[in-house]
Amino acid sequence: MSPRPSAGRVTSAKIVIAGGFGVGKTTLVGSVSEITPLTTEAIMTSAGVGVDDNRQVPGKMTTTVAMDFGRISIDRDLILYLFGTPGQTRFWFMWDELVRGAIGAVVMVDTRRLADCFAAIDFFEHRRLPYLVAINCFDGMQYHNAQDVRDALAISSDVPVVSCDARNRESTKNVLISLVEYVLTMRRSRAVAPA
Amino acid sequence: MPERDEPTGALVRPYAVTRGRTRPKLEIALEALVETTVRGRSGIRGGQGGSEHQYIAAMCDGGRVQSLAEIAARMQLPLGVARVIVADMAHDGLVAVYEPTSLEDETDAVGTELLERVLSGLRRL
Repeated sequence: MSPRPSAGRVTSAKIVIAGGFGVGKTTLVGSVSEITPLTTEAIMTSAGVGVDDNRQVPGKMTTTVAMDFGRISIDRDLILYLFGTPGQTRFWFMWDELVRGAIGAVVMVDTRRLADCFAAIDFFEHRRLPYLVAINCFDGMQYHNAQDVRDALAISSDVPVVSCDARNRESTKNVLISLVEYVLTMRRSRAVAPA
Repeated sequence: MPERDEPTGALVRPYAVTRGRTRPKLEIALEALVETTVRGRSGIRGGQGGSEHQYIAAMCDGGRVQSLAEIAARMQLPLGVARVIVADMAHDGLVAVYEPTSLEDETDAVGTELLERVLSGLRRL
């Protein structure tokens, strides 16, 4: 590829992939990414916590948070990034940065451990970030239907609930397409809605 | 290797390459794209700048734009450290930083157009 002659046209977008530990976030990212998923780390520093504890040096404590992500070249000048949320939801400081400017989020659900996704759903609803729920069908088996999951999560009827196989490129692609379609539909309906 | 949350000297060390600075000269989004400028390219050839600068300039050269997240991951640097270095390089004109297109403004057609591009791109995959 030759260097771009005109600067400023190239841009990027991102989609957040959330869900509990082991639900298949990195698998989903990897099934559609043009690069092997990479891991980026952020360091959180909190000053002066537990200085009396002799395991800790006085002053600063740090925690490292890792996020896996992948990349899809949409066209010549647009790159879409898929960012998996850190496994532990207590690292909210990183979620703020992740959702800022995001198109939307995919909340991955393992129906055997449904509660694992509650924190993510709460967070996206609070931030008004559009999301859809993707039920990852391990071993090709879906243990609960979409309506049961919707009822169990108590989410609004307009939030899409889809099934997927995170290992399958086509399946992952369809999840992302459903999300972007949903975001576009919401945007358009807001644009025509009376004040 | 020490445990990650064991408070060894490694706490502060990541920022040694930025001479201790933790605040970037420029806020750069995780997914913002970085591309080496002509000046950055001649800088690498001339062997100028620190090794991190040279590595980043080589990585983002020749039309291979990389996000801040990719730079941090490939260099195995914490995100905050990579952000300080890239911001310095942008400040010195060695790289250009392209911020993501904003979706915030609901009345703005720019966001909608971007979403349509993403959608058709995904369908073509």
